[in-house]
Amino acid sequence: MDNLLSIITFIPAVAAAILALFLRGDDAAAQRNAKWLALLATTATFLLSLFVLAGFDPADTGFQFVEEYDWILGLKYKMGVDGISVLFVMLTTFLMPLTIAACWDVEHRVKEYMIAFLLLETLMLGVFCALDLVLFYLFFEAGLIPMFLIIGIWGGKERIYAAFKFFLYTFLGSVLMLVAMIAMYMDAGTTDIPSLLAHNFGSEDMQVLGIHVVGGLQTLLWLAFFASFAVKMPMWPVHTWLPDAHVQAPTAGSVVLAAILLKMGGYGFLRFSLPMFPVASDLLAPLVLWMSAIAIVYTSLVALAQQDMKKLIAYSSVAHMGYVTMGIFSANQQGVDGAIFQMLSHGFISGALFLCVGVIYDRMHTREIDAYGGLVNRMPAYALIFMFFTMANVGLPGTSGFIGEFLTLMGVFQVNTWVAAIATTGVILSAAYALWLYRRVVMGELIKEALKSITDMTRREKAIFAPLVAMTLLLGVYPALVTDIIGPSVEALVTDYQAAIPADAGDTQLANN
Amino acid sequence: MATIILFAPLIGALICGFGWRFIGEKAGQVIATALVFLAAILSWIIFLTHDGVTEQVVLMRWIESGSLATEWAIRLDRLTAIMLVVVNSVSALVHLYSFGYMANDDNWREDEPYRARFFAYLSFFTFAMLMLVTSDNLVQMFFGWEGVGVASYLLIGFYYKKPSANAAAIKAFVVNRVGDFGFALGIFALFFLTDSVSFDVIFAKVPELAETNLTFLWGEWNAANLIGVLLFIGAMGKSAQLILHTWLPDAMEGPTPVSALIHAATMVTAGVFLVCRMSPLYEYAPQATAFITVLGATTAFFAATVGLVQNDIKRVIAYSTCSQLGYMFVAAGVGVYSVAMFHLFTHAFFKAMLFLGAGSVIHATHHEQDMRNYGGLRKKIPVTFWAMMIGTLAITGVGIPLTHYGFAGFLSKDAVIESAYVGSQYAFWLLVVAAGFTSFYSWRLMFLTFYGESRAGSHGHGHGHGHGHDDHHDDHHHEPHESPTVMLIPLGVLALGAVFSGMIWYNVFFGEEGKVRAWFGLPVAEHAATEHSATADTATEDSASGADHAEGADHGTDQATADTAAAPEGEATVTADAAHGTEGDHGEAHSYPQPLPGQGAIFIGPENDVLHEAHLVPKWVKVSPFVAMVLGFLLAFQFYIRRPDLPGRLAEQQRPLYLFLLNKWYFDELYDWVFVRPAKWLGGFLWKKGDGTVIDGSINGIAMGIIPFFTRLAARAQSGYLFHYAFAMVLGIAALITWVTLAGGAN
Repeated sequence: MDNLLSIITFIPAVAAAILALFLRGDDAAAQRNAKWLALLATTATFLLSLFVLAGFDPADTGFQFVEEYDWILGLKYKMGVDGISVLFVMLTTFLMPLTIAACWDVEHRVKEYMIAFLLLETLMLGVFCALDLVLFYLFFEAGLIPMFLIIGIWGGKERIYAAFKFFLYTFLGSVLMLVAMIAMYMDAGTTDIPSLLAHNFGSEDMQVLGIHVVGGLQTLLWLAFFASFAVKMPMWPVHTWLPDAHVQAPTAGSVVLAAILLKMGGYGFLRFSLPMFPVASDLLAPLVLWMSAIAIVYTSLVALAQQDMKKLIAYSSVAHMGYVTMGIFSANQQGVDGAIFQMLSHGFISGALFLCVGVIYDRMHTREIDAYGGLVNRMPAYALIFMFFTMANVGLPGTSGFIGEFLTLMGVFQVNTWVAAIATTGVILSAAYALWLYRRVVMGELIKEALKSITDMTRREKAIFAPLVAMTLLLGVYPALVTDIIGPSVEALVTDYQAAIPADAGDTQLANN
Repeated sequence: MATIILFAPLIGALICGFGWRFIGEKAGQVIATALVFLAAILSWIIFLTHDGVTEQVVLMRWIESGSLATEWAIRLDRLTAIMLVVVNSVSALVHLYSFGYMANDDNWREDEPYRARFFAYLSFFTFAMLMLVTSDNLVQMFFGWEGVGVASYLLIGFYYKKPSANAAAIKAFVVNRVGDFGFALGIFALFFLTDSVSFDVIFAKVPELAETNLTFLWGEWNAANLIGVLLFIGAMGKSAQLILHTWLPDAMEGPTPVSALIHAATMVTAGVFLVCRMSPLYEYAPQATAFITVLGATTAFFAATVGLVQNDIKRVIAYSTCSQLGYMFVAAGVGVYSVAMFHLFTHAFFKAMLFLGAGSVIHATHHEQDMRNYGGLRKKIPVTFWAMMIGTLAITGVGIPLTHYGFAGFLSKDAVIESAYVGSQYAFWLLVVAAGFTSFYSWRLMFLTFYGESRAGSHGHGHGHGHGHDDHHDDHHHEPHESPTVMLIPLGVLALGAVFSGMIWYNVFFGEEGKVRAWFGLPVAEHAATEHSATADTATEDSASGADHAEGADHGTDQATADTAAAPEGEATVTADAAHGTEGDHGEAHSYPQPLPGQGAIFIGPENDVLHEAHLVPKWVKVSPFVAMVLGFLLAFQFYIRRPDLPGRLAEQQRPLYLFLLNKWYFDELYDWVFVRPAKWLGGFLWKKGDGTVIDGSINGIAMGIIPFFTRLAARAQSGYLFHYAFAMVLGIAALITWVTLAGGAN
C-alpha cells in the first residue's frame, strides 16, 4: 500500500462526505447511523494506522511511507512520517474512536457533530503527515474550523465568546507563520519540508527597520513560527484562550483539543524551529526555558484557585505543556525524548481527565467543584478511575506521566539548573491542586441532595476509559515502546542541531577543581 | 526467589482489590495475607542464608533515552536482605492483625465493603516498599519511593468520609513531594555528572564526584556534597525529619495498623535506607553528612520534647517515631551505617508493636485515643498491657549497662549514642537528653493508660450523656475488652523481636569491626579479622605495635607512619591500601583492605574509623543513656503515679512552654502562614489579575477588542450562522494559499 498515509488521512473525510451527502433526517435512527458510521470510520482508520506502525523502521531516521504528487497551481502533495511524527499519527487515530464513543449521548445536530469530528481527524492527521509547507499550513489552519464549530455550536453558555477567542488567538499567530513560510520559500526556493530541513537559513546578523537582529533571518523566521506554535501549545503568557475554550467546549471537544490539537505546537517546534533554525533556537532557548518554567509555576498556582473543574484541568494542561517546551529547547536526547513522551502521555491523561469531568457533567450538568463531594460513596468505579488519572497527572512513577516529566527535567537540568529547579517545584504544586480537586469532588460524605441518586459509570463509559488506562500504565512501565521508535530520529535531530550551533554554546557547567 | 518476594504482594493486592467482588471479601483478605506471609518466609530464608555478595537480577527494560538506561532490576545484598525481613515480617503481621482490627469498624455502615480495599492497599504498599528496597538504580527507587507515598496517601485517607483524614492524606503526599523535589534534583545531578543512574556506576565514580564542582543555582558546589544534601532532602520528607516532619503526626488519621506498618516500621525508614544505600557517596561528602548528623540529632530532640505533652496515644508514638528516626540519621551521619540499620531493624519490631498495642487499646476502648480518658486498663486488657510493657522496655532501652544484654532498643540505641559521641558532641548530648525524654513520655503513656483509676468519660468525652446516668451508660458501652487472638498473635511475635533482636544481631551490626564488615560484604583479610578480635579492647597496645609493625615493614612505611602520627589518641589508623595492608599488618588493630566504593552493601571510607572508636568511648558515655532512661522513668513515676496533680500544675506554671510544646513548636501554623496561604493567595491573584487584567486586558487588548464585536454579531444570530463564519474562514485560507502560491510562483 503505497498510499497508506493518504488512505488513513482521508478515510474520515470520506465518511464525513458520505454523512453530509447521503444521510437525511434527524430522527433517532439517523442519529444512530451517523454515530455508527463515524465510529466505524475512526476505528478503521486506527486499524489501518497499525500497519504504519508495523511497517515503520525506527532505525531509519529519514521519512518513510513517502507519497508525492503534483497538485493544483504547481503545488506538491507530499506526505510521510518519521520517528518524530509517526506516534502523533498513532495518538490521533487511537483517540478518535474513543472521542466518538464519548459523544454517544449527544442529541443536538448529531450528523453535523460527527462530520466536524471526522473532518477534524483528517486535518489533524494531515498536519502530522504533511511534508510540504503549504500542505502543512493548509491542514494546520483548516483544523481550526471544525474545532471552532464544535465549541461554537455544541459548547456551553459562553460558547460564542470562547469560540472566537480560540479562533482569533490561534489565527493571529498563524498569520505570522504564513509570512515566514513565504520568506522561507523565497530563501530556499522550495516548499518541500525534507529539502528545507537540509537548507541552511542565513544566521548572519542583520538590520531590520533599524533594529539589529542577532541571528538574522533565522531569528526572524523562528520568531514568526514561535508566535504560532506558542499560542497553539499554549505557552505562558498567551495561554488564556485555552481555559475559556475548554470550559465552553463539549466533552469530546475538550478531549480532542487537549489530547491532540495542543500537540501540533510541540510538533511544530520539533519539525521547524529546532532543525531548520538551530542558531536562532540556541539563541532564544533561554527565553523559552524561562517562559516554560514560569508557565509551570504560574499556571499550577492558578489551578489551585479554580472553582471550575474543567478550568483547573485546562490550567494543569498548560503546566504540562510547559514541560514539553522546556524539554524541546533543552535540545538534548533526554529533553526531546521526554517532550515527545510527555505529549503522547498527556494525550491519554488529559483526555481521560476531561472525560472524567464529562462523566459527571453528563449527570449533573455543572462543572462547579463545590456542587460535588462524596461521589465515591455512590460511584466507586468512577472514583478509582479518576484517582488513577489524577495520579498519572501528577506524574506518579509507573504511569506514563512520570516518564515525560522526568526526562524533560533531566534534560533541562543539563542546560540550566535554575529552570530545572523551578520547574521541579511543579511536581509539588501539581500534587496539591490535583489532590485538592479530587478531594473536593470525590471524597467526603455524600451530603448534597442532588447527588444522592447519581449513578456509577455505565459499561460504555468504562469501555472508553479501559484503553486509556491500559496505555497510561503500559507506557509507564515499558516506555521503550515509545523511546525505541522516537529514539533514533531524535538522536539525529539532536546531533544535527548540536553540529549546527556555534561551538562555544555548549554547556559549560562542569569545572574541575 | 527475590522475584517471588517482590511480586507476591502485588498479586495479592490485585486479587484482593479487584477480585473480591467475585470471591468475596474474606477470601480476598486471606489470599492477600497468605501471599505476604509467603514473601515474609522467603525473606527470612534469604536473610539467614545470605552471604553478603551482591546479586543483581534484571527483570525488564525501563526508561531509555540516549545514554540514560534504566532497568527494572533487583539488587540483593545485605541492606536489601535486612529491609526485606523488616518490611515483609511487619507487613505480614499487620495483615494478620487487621483481620481483627478492621472486622467491625464504626466508620462504615453495615453494608459498605471496605475490608478488601484496606487489605489491597496494604499489599500494594508492601509491593511498592519492596520495589524501593530492592531497586538497583535510583529511578526505580524513586518509583518505590513515590509508590509508598501513594499507598500512604490512600491509607491515611482511608476513612474518606472524615475531612480530617482527607486533609492529612493530602498533607502527607504534598509534603513528601517537597522531599521528592530534592530527591529528583539529586538524581538529575547524578545523571548529569556520571551519565548513569545505576548504583554500581555511580559508586564507582564517587571519588571523581568528590573532586568535581557543579554549578547549581547561584553557586558552585562540591558535587558530592551537593548531591548528598539533595538526596537527603528526599530522605527528610519520607522519614519526617525536621522541617518536613509535619505530615507524620497528622498521618495518624489512618487506621492504626497502617500507622504500625507505614508510619513506624517501614516507609518512614526509607530515608535512612536511602542514606545507607548511598553510603559510598556520603563517605565522600563530609559536609552533607555533617548536615545529616545535626538535623537528625535536632529532630530526635525536637520530636521528643513534643512527645512529652501530647495527649493522643498515637501522636505520642508518632513523635516517638520521628525522634527515633533522628537517632538513625545521626548514626548514618557520623558514618556508622551498620548502626543506623541496626536501630532501623530493632525499631521496626518494637515500634510496630507499640502501635499495634496502641491499636489494641483503641480497639478495646471503642476508638478512644485520648490518654486522659484511659487509666487502669492493666487488669482489663492484660495481654495488651504486657505487650506494651515489653515495647516500652525496648524503646526506652532497658538492659544491663556495660554488657550486651538487654532489650532490642538498649543495644541499638546505645550503639547510636556511642557512635554519636565519636562523631559529634552536639548530636551526642542531644541524643542523651532525648533518651531521657523518650523514657519519660513512654512511661507517661504506660502510666496514663494502664495504671491509676479509669478516667473513661471524664475528659470531654461524656458529651451527649452528661446527665445522671453517666456512669451506668459508660459502663454499658465502654467496658474495655481484650482484643481477639488474631490481634494478639502479631503482638506476641513482635514482642520476641523487641526482646531478642538486639542481642542476637548485635555482633553483626555493631560488634567487632571484622564481623560487621564481613556481614555487609566488605572485604576482610582473614588473619586481620582474627587478630582484631583478639586485641580489640586494648587499643593503646595495639596502636604501639601497629606503629612498630608499620615502621618495620618495608613497603609504604612512610605513608603508614604519617597516618599513625596524625591519628587521634595515637591509634593505629594505618589506612593501608589493600596492597600495603596485607603485607605489613600482622599485629594491627583494624586495618582492613580498603573496599572500592560499591563493593559490599555499605561503604566505609578510608578515613572513617568511627565504628572502631565507638567501642572505645569512656564508660560514662556508655552508661549515660541508661542514666537518662532511669531519670526519665523516675520523673514519669513521680508525675503520673505518685503525684498525678503535678503535671497539671507544671503546665499551668510554665504555660508558654507547655503551649509551645503542645502545639508542636508551631510548625503547622508557621507553614500555613508562610507557604499555604500565600500560595492560595498568589494563585487567585495570578488568575484574576495576571490572566484576567494583564494578559487578557492589555497584552491582547486588540484581540479583546475584536472578540466582543464578533460576539455581538453572532449573538443576534442563531448558532447556525457559525457555519457562515466558518465558510468565510475557508475562503480566507484558500485565498491566502492562492496568494502564497502565486507570489511564490512569481519569484
